[in-house]
Amino acid sequence: MNKILTLHFLPLFQLLAADAIEGGVEKQPLNISAIIIFLIFVAATLVITYWASKRTKTAKDFYTAGGGITGFQNGMAIAGDYMSAASFLGISGLVYLAGYDGLIYSIGFLVGWPIILFLISERLRNLGKYTFADVAAFRLQQKPIRTLAAFGSIATVILYLIAQMVGSGKLIELLFGLEYELAVVLVGALMILYVTFGGMLATTWVQIIKAFLLLFGATFMAIAVMVQFGFSLEQFFQKAVEVHTKGIAIMSSGGLVSDPVSAISLGIALMLGTAGLPHILMRFFTVSDAKEARKSVFYATGFIGYFYILTFFIGFGAIILVSTNPEYLDAAGAIIGGKNMAAIHLSHAVGGNLFLGFISAVAFATILAVVSGLTLAGASAISHDLYANVLKAGRVDEMSEMKISKIATIALGIVAIILGIAFEQQNIAFVVGLAFAIAASANFPILFLSMFWRKLTTRGAVLGGSLGLGVAVLLVILGPIVWVQILGNAQAIFPYKYPALFSVTIAFIGIWFFSITDKSKNGQKEIEAFEAQDIRSQTGIGAEGASKH
Amino acid sequence: MTQEMIEYIKNNPKYKELTQKRSVFAWRLSITMLILYYSFILIIAFQPSFFGIPLSSETIITLGIPVGIIIIFSSFALAGLYVKRANSEFDSLTNEIRHDFNQKFNS
Repeated sequence: MNKILTLHFLPLFQLLAADAIEGGVEKQPLNISAIIIFLIFVAATLVITYWASKRTKTAKDFYTAGGGITGFQNGMAIAGDYMSAASFLGISGLVYLAGYDGLIYSIGFLVGWPIILFLISERLRNLGKYTFADVAAFRLQQKPIRTLAAFGSIATVILYLIAQMVGSGKLIELLFGLEYELAVVLVGALMILYVTFGGMLATTWVQIIKAFLLLFGATFMAIAVMVQFGFSLEQFFQKAVEVHTKGIAIMSSGGLVSDPVSAISLGIALMLGTAGLPHILMRFFTVSDAKEARKSVFYATGFIGYFYILTFFIGFGAIILVSTNPEYLDAAGAIIGGKNMAAIHLSHAVGGNLFLGFISAVAFATILAVVSGLTLAGASAISHDLYANVLKAGRVDEMSEMKISKIATIALGIVAIILGIAFEQQNIAFVVGLAFAIAASANFPILFLSMFWRKLTTRGAVLGGSLGLGVAVLLVILGPIVWVQILGNAQAIFPYKYPALFSVTIAFIGIWFFSITDKSKNGQKEIEAFEAQDIRSQTGIGAEGASKH
Repeated sequence: MTQEMIEYIKNNPKYKELTQKRSVFAWRLSITMLILYYSFILIIAFQPSFFGIPLSSETIITLGIPVGIIIIFSSFALAGLYVKRANSEFDSLTNEIRHDFNQKFNS
């Protein structure tokens, strides 16, 4: 039993990256209602982009929507960044396949948020301006720290973009019956429009609308399923166990994590990776002050938790309504389009063609919103960190910085389209895992220690952070996914799929060691500067305010 | 920020109160969350059948389901606890510190 479960269980990151990919993608007939609903969404977002472009005049507007987003709005947008197509389709698909085990992923995704709230959200807001490198480089040397942070951001963003673009191409092919290349170009073009013209304001509102639509759709599905059982959990689960081939096993945990090292390593990657993703960190600068930053994480935690409970019910609902209906199954009895289609088929089962169109359109909108946030974060790292602060040493006027960020957005959009098309036939299961590993092992340790550890110096941050980055990349390459599945070697050199436990530990030790052995004058000055930084991070005195419109 | 400003804030007893209380509270909540999550993960790693035990002999609902839902709710509840105290106690201390600071340096 355990063996079968393990076989079915793709590693988490594979799931994230692969979402709609595996399980025989075949082009579907044109889905007219989905296309109409999607066109309405696109039209609405373009109106918002036009409105936002009128309000995006300064660099501050472009990067952070002028700091004028409220805690509630930002919480919704953070939740939107998090409720990707992978979480929605992937997790409900996992529940459909194996029942209870799907919930374990949901919990892993959620628990990092309260800790981000308790320890870093307010400090981040008080210290930062546009990018998380502002915080990391607050009292350290600008050039080396920003270069490393920008490199970490851009690497994370591009890897994530590849996964999203390939996923979107396949998903759209499946849902709408459009050509793969056309879908990828469409996503890339819309995202360039949103970001270059509307900046953070448009990106945030696209994310909020999508989060609302997704929460609405998922709630409707969960209720529509429970109505059939008179809201009796007992009857609901009873029926699911009756019809599922695994029977009662779906009510218990199976072969998700086989050994404690993987379990802990996965937990660390999820928690610290989240706190090191540049597009998530950037959201903390869009609110007016620390209080709003705190509120946004609180709301985000609520929305995300609620959403994951819904996916659990949607997955079980699909077991009952989809797996028993030959309309959704192929000749062999497997679900048409692969397990990630469970939620999509369920939407048809409970709401007919129109609701199917709605959920398909929302899935597409989800990808659009997530890639926009990613691209904006990548463009900011290029224009604000690399161009304005490293290349021009801070001596640059706002207008040319904005110009560079728009050029960077267009360039990133084109790169994303090209990579999306280039990677169509590639096994991209490792890319999101690599993105999380880099975020957890390079971005997070530098950011965290810069705020909490007085004795951090530039030398420690740069050497230790690079070490974490290098080890993370190396262990992903030597691990089972790349070394065995992609490169075709018989045995992985590094046996675990998630390197975070090791690479994060090495990063922290490296930063500690190279900081305490740093006896330079600069290092001494940086340690002395901690006090002023700490006061600002604790009280917000001297922090960036919101711009007035 | 000048050295004089730093010394002024550092010597404000309200600043000491704020940073100490908040740090103790924030770390306590973080550790609670970590213990909850890692106990869950370690049970799954070492004793997966534990979550398959039915709640009672009459029901099909297993222990794992309420436990999972409780962890989701507690992460929200812990976040709420923090926000509640931060919005009242920590924010008013912060405002007093800022007020004192502005009186001295920005008037």
